[in-house]
Amino acid sequence: MPMDAGDIEKMIKEALPDAEVTIKDLAGDGDHYSAIVVSEAFRGKSRVQQHQMVYAALQGRMGGVLHALALQTSAPN
Amino acid sequence: MSALEQIKQDVETNDVVLFMKGTKQFPMCGFSGQVVQILEYVGVPYKDVNVLEGDGLRDGIKQFSNWPTIPQLYVKGEFIGGCDIVREMFQAGELQQLLASKGLPVKQATNG
Repeated sequence: MPMDAGDIEKMIKEALPDAEVTIKDLAGDGDHYSAIVVSEAFRGKSRVQQHQMVYAALQGRMGGVLHALALQTSAPN
Repeated sequence: MSALEQIKQDVETNDVVLFMKGTKQFPMCGFSGQVVQILEYVGVPYKDVNVLEGDGLRDGIKQFSNWPTIPQLYVKGEFIGGCDIVREMFQAGELQQLLASKGLPVKQATNG
């Protein structure tokens, strides 16, 4: 079962409450998304660490049900 | 040799290693293909490891890096990231800087 964009956003915000999350359905098939996540929690972290924080928020779904989530992370300007 | 031992050896004995789906000549996934294109453009020599050759390798690399997706890029034994990170770094010029700072041959950008 693919994931709903709303569910992805909810899971990220549960782990990173201040996060600004923008999700796009890239192919219109409910299976290929891009997510832009902006959170103060990312400040001072490497890109790998930032992405790992989002993957942790998704509790193992990344790489499984979510095989195609293009991710972009940053701290607020 | 177990899959994890093989991964460790590949990472330690090659300056640049890309764990990917398919090969650099024939990527089997769009994300892997994107990283191949970037590395070819940058012009750095690298070893490609096709994780589709075995489940041990495919699951092992996720465990090894604590990273859930493939492709995965390693430079001088260090995990750099997956497709999104490599693309972002490439677009910012950071990938080329990183490779050059590690003493690896990269094509210099030519202006015009």
